[in-house]
Amino acid sequence: MPTLKIPTPLRPYANGESSMVLPGEIVEDLLQAAVEVHPMLKKHLFNEDGQLRPYVNLFLDENNINQLEGLKTPLSDGDTVLLIPSIAGG
Amino acid sequence: MLPELSHEEIHRYSRHLLIPDVGLEGQKKLKAASVLVVGTGGLGSPVALYLAAAGVGRIGLVDYDVVDFSNLQRQIIHGESRLGDLKVESARDRMLDLNPEIQVDIYNEVITSDNAFQIAEPYDIIIDGTDNFPTRYLVNDLCVLTGKPNIYGSIFRFDGQASVFDAEQGPCYRCLFPEPPPPGLVPSCAEGGVLGVLPGTIGSIQATETLKIILGIGETLVGRLVLYDALDLTFQTVKLQKNPECKICGEHPEITGLIDYEAFCGVPAHDHEEGSAGVDWDITPAELSSRLKENPGLRLIDVREPHEQEISNLEGSEMMPLGQFAARLQELDSAEELVIFCKSGTRSTRALEILVSAGFKKVKNLKGGINAWAVLIDPSLPIY
Repeated sequence: MPTLKIPTPLRPYANGESSMVLPGEIVEDLLQAAVEVHPMLKKHLFNEDGQLRPYVNLFLDENNINQLEGLKTPLSDGDTVLLIPSIAGG
Repeated sequence: MLPELSHEEIHRYSRHLLIPDVGLEGQKKLKAASVLVVGTGGLGSPVALYLAAAGVGRIGLVDYDVVDFSNLQRQIIHGESRLGDLKVESARDRMLDLNPEIQVDIYNEVITSDNAFQIAEPYDIIIDGTDNFPTRYLVNDLCVLTGKPNIYGSIFRFDGQASVFDAEQGPCYRCLFPEPPPPGLVPSCAEGGVLGVLPGTIGSIQATETLKIILGIGETLVGRLVLYDALDLTFQTVKLQKNPECKICGEHPEITGLIDYEAFCGVPAHDHEEGSAGVDWDITPAELSSRLKENPGLRLIDVREPHEQEISNLEGSEMMPLGQFAARLQELDSAEELVIFCKSGTRSTRALEILVSAGFKKVKNLKGGINAWAVLIDPSLPIY
């Protein structure tokens, strides 16, 4: 099963977990599975219309999923999807 | 025509001159270079120190703040003897002590859409060492509009990011983050904390990239983002692409000048916690103190994290961390009077907004949080 890495700012909404191994054939399934386990993540990932929020960046290995097939990007066992957060501290 | 180096400078920079990729010519390029460092805090400290030590000839520093005790855990350019002094002066004096051969210009002001072009004009490269989203978008847009590279670094707790955004060669900050997160989603370091050494790692990467660009050597981080996780001690690099729909550097740019960044991000351009929900919703520490004398059973809700309660606590308060707040609203009664507090009032203001939108009316935000309470009412509590 693929892994979703949760960045520090979103961990309070995922019971403190830093990564989750979840079922998912495509990126969208993986996110849906994560939201089912931690419903508080939902509003941080998706807007009211169910679209991925513009500040949510997802990478499969080193590539932005937007450069692949977006939320439909297929996943294999052992893949890691990175959620890259906006952070502003300095 | 590059400037010459004195014998003293040759002695000072000998370890650079020994590297064939730098050499005498490279050191002269450093002397001829000019760099603007925006922010002299966690990131700005190592960046400014290393650029000064390396002999970057002209360095500008922008900051409006003064040195505070809570800065010294990570802002290593400042010291206890400079508490209360202007950060730009404290930083300049330390840099000139390290290397009097360089020129340090100071701008003791907030960088805004009104002054940004003027401040940036003399410099070749701009380093983003700011601590808030509005200034990050401002620095990005300024760099895109002036064609200057933006050396980006950002930190939170144990996580760091670094890149070089140069819209003439690759993506800009907006290509990656077209919009800021909604206000309140991402805590600032003042709210969420940061490991003191983390800005040392990320700031050193920013300084390295700056020197490489000046020297014209190596592969810069243009088109790549470095993600550093101090807990796992991993560096991961991802590829960044230019976004053709980017509003400032895309094919049909909508942004052609600097905008109102506080309005765009919905937050102020600093990470200070002001802790006010507005006069109608605030209760001052003095008011709360007298209210508690009248009604010792007044419900006090602490929206900080449990580990913060160990630092300081208001007796009789109940803990409901902000991250769980919306999911635990059923534990509160809208008929009851409630006072919400946190460290300094920012998180409690957000909790109050959640309550108000859920129809609660008898709620107050402790203005300035438990830190203000410690200053004004109970000096036995520490301030953090």
